[in-house]
Amino acid sequence: MALTGEKQICLEMLSIVKQFPKVLANNNINIKLYTGEILALLGENGAGKSTLMNILYGLYKPTSGEILLNGQAVTFASPRDAIRHGLGMVHQHFMLVETLTVTENIILGVEPGRGGFVDYKAAREEVRALSERYHLHVDLDEKIENLSVGLQQRVEILKALYRKAKILILDEPTAVLTPQEVDELFVVIRKLVETGVSIIIITHKLEEVKAISDRVYILRRGEITGVHRTAEATKAQLANYMVGRDVVLTVNKVPKEVTKPPVFTINNLTVIGDNKIPVVKNLSLAAAPGEIVGIAGVDGNGQAELAEAIRGLRRIESGSLLYKDKIINGDSTQFRIRKKMGYVPADRRRFGLVLPMTISENMALGHHLDKPNAGWFNLCRDYMQSNAKKLVTDFDIRTPGVGVPAEQLSGGNQQKVILAREFSWTPEFLLVSQPTRGLDVGAIEYIHTQILRMRDNDVAILLISLELEEIFSLSDRILIIYEGQIIKEFQAGGTNEKEVGFYMTGGKERSHE
Amino acid sequence: MNTFLAIFNADLLVSTIRLATPIALAAIGATICERSGIVNIAMEGIMVVGAFMAVVFTFLSGSPWVGLVAGILGGGIFSLIHGAATISLHMDHTVSGAVLNILALGVTRYLMILFYGHPGTTDSIPISLKAYQFAIPGLSRIPLLGPLLFNQTPIVYLSFLILIAATILMGKTKTGLHIRAAGEHPLALETIGVSVYKIRYLGVFISGLLSGAAGAYLSIENAVSFSEGMTSGKGFIALAAMISGGWSPIGAYLAALFFGFADALQIRFQIMSRVRIPAEIFIIFPYVLCIIAVAGLVRRSRAPKADGKDFMIEKSE
Repeated sequence: MALTGEKQICLEMLSIVKQFPKVLANNNINIKLYTGEILALLGENGAGKSTLMNILYGLYKPTSGEILLNGQAVTFASPRDAIRHGLGMVHQHFMLVETLTVTENIILGVEPGRGGFVDYKAAREEVRALSERYHLHVDLDEKIENLSVGLQQRVEILKALYRKAKILILDEPTAVLTPQEVDELFVVIRKLVETGVSIIIITHKLEEVKAISDRVYILRRGEITGVHRTAEATKAQLANYMVGRDVVLTVNKVPKEVTKPPVFTINNLTVIGDNKIPVVKNLSLAAAPGEIVGIAGVDGNGQAELAEAIRGLRRIESGSLLYKDKIINGDSTQFRIRKKMGYVPADRRRFGLVLPMTISENMALGHHLDKPNAGWFNLCRDYMQSNAKKLVTDFDIRTPGVGVPAEQLSGGNQQKVILAREFSWTPEFLLVSQPTRGLDVGAIEYIHTQILRMRDNDVAILLISLELEEIFSLSDRILIIYEGQIIKEFQAGGTNEKEVGFYMTGGKERSHE
Repeated sequence: MNTFLAIFNADLLVSTIRLATPIALAAIGATICERSGIVNIAMEGIMVVGAFMAVVFTFLSGSPWVGLVAGILGGGIFSLIHGAATISLHMDHTVSGAVLNILALGVTRYLMILFYGHPGTTDSIPISLKAYQFAIPGLSRIPLLGPLLFNQTPIVYLSFLILIAATILMGKTKTGLHIRAAGEHPLALETIGVSVYKIRYLGVFISGLLSGAAGAYLSIENAVSFSEGMTSGKGFIALAAMISGGWSPIGAYLAALFFGFADALQIRFQIMSRVRIPAEIFIIFPYVLCIIAVAGLVRRSRAPKADGKDFMIEKSE
């Protein structure tokens, strides 16, 4: 490995400060990027990583500070300026227009052609040549909405290269990818570096930093807390810098013997999706008290519809749901809640909470018609308040009070509110979907510990997650869902991430092109 | 049988085109506007302003051509209020559109009293654009299609040209690609360096120009004066045409033709009716069709994803 000292500095950010109306997002940040290196920017959510990169990319204007490009001071009034200076950015949420084709997305804003007209023929040729040069193959005439996320990311990278990016910023690039796709992405990144592109990766995943970067800057609360050669730092050290305290990276799971018969069973379930075709097909599974059954799969393989069917939000086409030996197919959601079936929905902001309502109101939701939350006609505000206060303390929810709207809480604390609510009703079956999406290591650690505690209290838990790490650190059994069917089952100890990832994509051999 | 022929003849098609023209102009404009991401329900109001300006400037100059230009520009400038409110001031698009519709009524009434001394209907203009109807040599001799398409008045010809221009704009040009992107995923456009604000202002302005032309058609081509209420909901029918047409210029035009046909038919039924049915029953006919068309088609056509969504770049997080 070449010493970074021999290389040239291509980019410097000096004393960057960004003050938002209420938050100091970046406080005096200094960063150097060497030509041809892969630099990681590690930090929790809200640490200011994305803000810093949005400043670099000309989307935000810094309150103060300077950017030097190859030694020259530059100011970017808009992304257009940044692009002209050879910067490219692949955003966490892809900046692709779904109804346009791959080619149209890549050339958008810098279309070839005379006058006002787009020369689509020339555009296709240019894009084809580019994709061949970097071995990034993708169907140029396909619409974005028909592509997998892995391919969409490829289009994003091509889009930056088409604009002759010399410095490529990747914002949380692996968040939505399967393990195989992550490997492919890393191959692409290394290839890009060989052609002289410098890379900045923004991430909160330690594995990613270790796997791909040369150097790493760690951000916490808007400040740089450390800079390291990646090879010289351990994961535990990095986590410590990032969170500001020691963090347990994988929660301690004590193996637990399942002794009781399943409390929740699904038999031959078929559910029709929004597009009128079956998305869950003839699916069967069972969950016993004291076990966590993890459902692993790529997004869009029927997980969302399965969760809705279990909760009573979506009609069942055929098959049956059995809870405590009774068929609950036609029972209302309200009935299921009262029978102690808990639910932590994947989208906490849309389905888990009513954001403008207060913490105490959100804590009562679902049981707001029942004693002691309600009397004959009225809500018992006093009880709701005191109960919420107790839960806020028990679950360590950081909030100014129980009377503030849920929308004012951070993502991690919002999720804690939902967990506190569901756990406080002592469920016997719990459906947990994507419990830590978008949360940082500190919050993940806490939420995983709580879920395991519920398991140890003999709750049957069904965990749906797109994060393989999460599946592995929590599940006792792992089921793999693909196109609405459970295609494989593993005991937690009897498999590894590679094998599960292989089945998640249908279990077919994938060509590496 | 005679009654049947008196209703269903070539003249019916000619009046279909004429009645469809203002709806089509406004609907094509609205299509471009909504494809850029701004919901526009203000066509009715913009048409009122366009119609009024066209009459006033025809009076002042003596030429309906000057009136036409004034009507178009008047609509365009008036629509910029909607642009400023929704794009720069981040107001709700529907609220702003509703305000514009009411504002147009108030402003024209006020100006009418100022210029003419009375509300209601303005004095007649000396010469209308109808006087400039001309047949295109050769083409107008084609049976049926000739008189339909090639022996028309100026703004009807203009609407044909605008249909072609709008289709090319949306499908073939860079600006069209940017408009489509702005309505689907504005941040994607902004992050590669094209100003979403500018594209959306352009979309609103184009729709203002075209609605202005639609207004001018009503006052100085189809009539010789401006009356309050002369737009009679055509701006809203244009909205329905835009939706039924699936947010494409050609679709909007075809839907406008359909509503124009319904209107032409109802007028004939009113005149020809032998049965004693109140005329109002026929008058509501196009509006009822409009409801049915939107209810039936709206599920199948898809609005631009970011249509009506506010766009602001720098948000504190």
